[in-house]
Amino acid sequence: MTAHLHIDWTSCDGRGLCAELLPGVLDRDDWGYPVARGKAGRERTDVPLRDADREAAREAVHLCPKLALTLVERTPPEPEHRMPGR
Amino acid sequence: MSPDIRQEHRLLAAGPDADWAQHLAAFGPWEPQAAATGLLEALAAAGLTGRGGAAFETWRKATAAAGSGRKRLFPARPVVIANGAEGEPLSFKDRKLLAHAPHLVIDGQLALAAALGGAGMYAYAPAASLNRVQQALKERPGATKIRVVKAPDTFISGESSAVVNMIANGSALPRDQRRRLSEEGLNGRPTLVVNVETLAQVALIARYGAQWFRQAGTAEDPGTRLVSVSGPAPARDVVLEVPGGAELSAVLEAAGMDPASLSAVLVGGYHGRWVPPAAHALSPSGPPDRTVRPGAGVIHALDRQACGIEVTARIVGYLASQSARQCGPCMFGLPAMAAVLNRIAGGERNARLAPELDRLGRLVSGRGACRHPEGTTGLVRSTLEVFAPDFRAHLSGYCTGQGGAAA
Repeated sequence: MTAHLHIDWTSCDGRGLCAELLPGVLDRDDWGYPVARGKAGRERTDVPLRDADREAAREAVHLCPKLALTLVERTPPEPEHRMPGR
Repeated sequence: MSPDIRQEHRLLAAGPDADWAQHLAAFGPWEPQAAATGLLEALAAAGLTGRGGAAFETWRKATAAAGSGRKRLFPARPVVIANGAEGEPLSFKDRKLLAHAPHLVIDGQLALAAALGGAGMYAYAPAASLNRVQQALKERPGATKIRVVKAPDTFISGESSAVVNMIANGSALPRDQRRRLSEEGLNGRPTLVVNVETLAQVALIARYGAQWFRQAGTAEDPGTRLVSVSGPAPARDVVLEVPGGAELSAVLEAAGMDPASLSAVLVGGYHGRWVPPAAHALSPSGPPDRTVRPGAGVIHALDRQACGIEVTARIVGYLASQSARQCGPCMFGLPAMAAVLNRIAGGERNARLAPELDRLGRLVSGRGACRHPEGTTGLVRSTLEVFAPDFRAHLSGYCTGQGGAAA
């Protein structure tokens, strides 16, 4: 069961609290918005978390002044090749 | 592969401005309920992919919506939205399709909605197409329950979450998506936002079957697609229906252009990429040196007199202006990219500018509610590649006015 941190960019204001709480996971860009370290593509919006970071992530979710963060417990994706209509 | 292209005439077979009678005469009678039986299986066998840009398999999208509607405590009725918003300035095929074959689009929507057990239906289109859609709905017996919503003329108005947002709240801005629209879209219902050409293709598959559909195109890219082709004078803007996997050079020739006289071609629109005019086939998948994704079918050719950097700087400036200004990386990053590109286009001789452009692109990618940042970055990245000689020339203080990469 892997968790990920979802960033709602429409709410995020670049206050930077999340990057302080999760320095190993998030960096900040030129304008102060969070950047997931070492991630590319959509993993920078839905940031995979190691178990060790989960507690700090939970804290960031609660403390984000813009309520821009969500901790998502990812359910395993469904198998790709199902027959249509089933 | 022979260079000449077999023009297909499937989608516009009923002729110009086809009314209900002409439509039936061309395509035969129509019973949406009957068409719905086995439709999802037929779409899977046909291998139809979306014609609005993302090229996702239509059956997969439909099946996901059907499934998530059933999985709930209180099963939710899905929604099918016909998306005719064509925000791409270089795209005009959806406008043409809605003008001449609105009934085929409506057929496809009715069949798909019926296949999903009676889904709710909306038609979403810009003002220019709306009257024609409404007129077509009135012409049909048992005027259907399709509600019509006007799309604003903005670049992002057709992005699927913006479509849902516009219908729900009157604001055509992308929404944050924690869950897919096929799970939770309009009013929390499983929602399919389907490009109007995709729906017209659905109608053809419902009538003639998957085997027939696959008679055009390749195994990897079956069927046909509409492309909006534009280029330097005297070439006129044309919409062509071309088989899947068509050679780009053949499409350009069919549109009355000589590929040898061009410096580069923008394929896939403002979120697409520049490629040299030869050696590429149009296909949603395949190696990037031999295939280029058609996206929503935009093909725009550039002649050797134009400066590719200048043209792209204008486009990126426009894309920056079209940001919804909801997400920081896009709101600040895109104007920054446009500014750097403008400085290069304007002849500033600073070796740091191109790497800075690349850095900004990498920085904004994947960081937004929609894909406007990575779409813009992809365009810029292809500019750095295809027009590399021009970048070098600008750095040495002159402009070749030739896409040298294509020579």
